[in-house]
Amino acid sequence: MVEWTEQERSIINNIFSNLDYDDIGPKALARCLIVYPWTQRYFASFGNLYNADAIKTNPNIAAHGTKVLHGLDRAVKNLDNIKATYAELSVLHSEKLHVDPDNFKLLADCLTIVIAAKLGNAFNPEVQATFQKFLAVVVSALGRQYH
Amino acid sequence: MTSLSAKDKDTVKAFWGKISPKAGDIGKDALGRMLVVYPQTKTYFSHWKDLSPGSAPVAKHGATIMSGVGDAVSKIDNLTAGLFNLSELHAFTLRVDPANFKILAHNILVVLAIQYPSDFTPEVHVSMDKFLSALALALSEKYR
Repeated sequence: MVEWTEQERSIINNIFSNLDYDDIGPKALARCLIVYPWTQRYFASFGNLYNADAIKTNPNIAAHGTKVLHGLDRAVKNLDNIKATYAELSVLHSEKLHVDPDNFKLLADCLTIVIAAKLGNAFNPEVQATFQKFLAVVVSALGRQYH
Repeated sequence: MTSLSAKDKDTVKAFWGKISPKAGDIGKDALGRMLVVYPQTKTYFSHWKDLSPGSAPVAKHGATIMSGVGDAVSKIDNLTAGLFNLSELHAFTLRVDPANFKILAHNILVVLAIQYPSDFTPEVHVSMDKFLSALALALSEKYR
């Protein structure tokens, strides 16, 4: 099981309680689709993704980015049981959405970059380590039910 | 593997022009972060007294690394040829596992996001990421 120190719990809760989901979610997903264009394969029905500007202003992508970011809330609320918490979502991403689990890491990296830009120097090495540990656990849990 | 388009090269050169005055600071921050966030990378620096972010050896080495990156920017049209000597150094003397180039690159990108939040747009991000990947590949050329 994953162990979390009081410090780590506090850092994670702090980040998410001060998060503007409608800003960060869209930015993270858009960045992922621009920096790793092959991830666009999952969004063929979302409309115009033809270039970076189209992606950044696509309302479907924005809405989805917010939704995905809120998906992390359940991990924040269940830090001691992330694996079980995401079992159902893992099955969904595998069986229904057919998302290559390697892509979770790509989105996680983009989210890290967007949060870093938002928090500036407050995103110090310790905060970065904690945030990346949190995302790694979520990513692992999401990939768990693939077979 | 990664081929840099003319647009990528222009983007990298323009962005580097903007950030190069702070290259040393960026390197210091990126290296310091890497040692904290990816503790396995500390194994390459057991000869340093102090591995904490902002320490003297970290600052000095961060600057060294970034001057190498700057050099690579000036040789962006032929990284393999341009980084020949550095590749030999990393392959035969330093023997850094090439997986770590990706790790350091990630931390450089995080620092760029922190220090240049409005300039480090997704478009700049993708070109810089491609450039650092191409750099890492050129650096791995002489390994085997």
